[in-house]
Amino acid sequence: MRYLSESPQATQTFGERLGHLLKPGDVIALIGDLGTGKTCLTHGIARGAGLLEGQSVNSPSYVLINEYQARCPIYHIDLYRITTPNQLLDLGVEEYFYGEGICIIEWADRALEWLTEGHLRIYLEWVDEHTRELKVEPVGPRFETLVAENF
Amino acid sequence: MTLILGIDTSCDDTAASVVENGTTIHANVISSQTQFHEKYGGIVPEIAARKHIELIEYVIEDALQTADVTLPELDAIAVTNRPGLIPALLVGVASAKAIAYCHQIPLYPIHHIEGHIYANFLAHDEIPFPHLCLTVSGGHTSLIRVDPDWQYKVLGETIDDAAGEAYDKVAQYLGLGFPGGPVIDRLAHNGRICVEFPRPMKNSGDYRFSFSGLKTAVRNFVLTHKDALPAIEDIAASFQEAVADILVQKTLRAAVEQRIHAITLTGGVAANSRLREMMVGAARERNISVYYPPPVLCTDNAAMIAGVAFHHLKTRPAAALDVNASASGALG
Repeated sequence: MRYLSESPQATQTFGERLGHLLKPGDVIALIGDLGTGKTCLTHGIARGAGLLEGQSVNSPSYVLINEYQARCPIYHIDLYRITTPNQLLDLGVEEYFYGEGICIIEWADRALEWLTEGHLRIYLEWVDEHTRELKVEPVGPRFETLVAENF
Repeated sequence: MTLILGIDTSCDDTAASVVENGTTIHANVISSQTQFHEKYGGIVPEIAARKHIELIEYVIEDALQTADVTLPELDAIAVTNRPGLIPALLVGVASAKAIAYCHQIPLYPIHHIEGHIYANFLAHDEIPFPHLCLTVSGGHTSLIRVDPDWQYKVLGETIDDAAGEAYDKVAQYLGLGFPGGPVIDRLAHNGRICVEFPRPMKNSGDYRFSFSGLKTAVRNFVLTHKDALPAIEDIAASFQEAVADILVQKTLRAAVEQRIHAITLTGGVAANSRLREMMVGAARERNISVYYPPPVLCTDNAAMIAGVAFHHLKTRPAAALDVNASASGALG
């Protein structure tokens, strides 16, 4: 499905709706260029998943991963600085996938081969200064049903 | 004389340092340093937790040799155990625990940002308390009030990108490579301000920061002015001016409102020439002093970790050997 977001607030609200539906072990793969709203969407998803007060959802590009407390742990992973498959292999980040928490992965196009089980891909595209197109692509039965029933 | 070995594996670099009495640095080894490479030959730093395992022994060994200190001579071991990528932190924590256990040396787990806050104390003799610390790097942008006895209060932090991250991403977008800070700073010297880029949250009334919108604004500007793009130096100068302006205005407002007369800058972006110049100029008008460390102590290092531990040694018991790494965790 496709969703046209006309503001960062709309992107967050969309994320919140999705966040409500998530459970431990879910993996959300965000794919989109600089400035298309991946961190903004993550903020919304985290809020929907019950983010506890007093935690900032900010970009983990440099630190590679942020962990938040919510209904279950949220692992906010960012592969922006990963440029070769070897780096990904050395990083050890795949240990977080399909575990006890929700994984939200920015720049997930750099790790698609690691996503061996079902997950939700969200492609974010720049339309104009304020507008972004979100293309939601479920992989596997859980997310196919989740998307069909809720979006 | 108190000798402390500091270890930090929380970021890209593997780092170890030996510091005496919280002030005198006897060794400060960072795996990306060219001296280290020349000695051990072609170890390429990678963004990889597991690379720390290959480097940690060499880095600690090098620090001890440079400082001419043996493990039994150490009074304490300080290690960054939070925040960061757990597999990365674990390498430092496990090494520190092993040394502490074998040689019966007290172990002190340290918060990485507390280390950054301390970096100025390795470079300056007298910094008054309370002071306001602006931590600006690729991973962090935080305004922290530092009270006597190393009590911290985070007044605000970034709600999206860190300032250094905005530098890196804008530089990458402009095709200037990584890291973005030094190259944009250099280009900006020869540029003039040609665009008034937005200053997100500059007047938000709180002490939080936002840099994602500024990063996107630079991208939008380049996209929409493809046919008549100003010189890269001018774009760099305009962007740098916006970043420095936000950081300076917010920090000064916090200092005035909190009646604090000293500001410290730390983290990689604290090496930025325009930020330093603008902060010093604006602070002088309000009779506020500004402190910043030399570049080698601005960026990630373990001397700051060993340094801050010297003060904890006097007031806190050492950690038990079951201390663990933590992805998040409070400052202090």
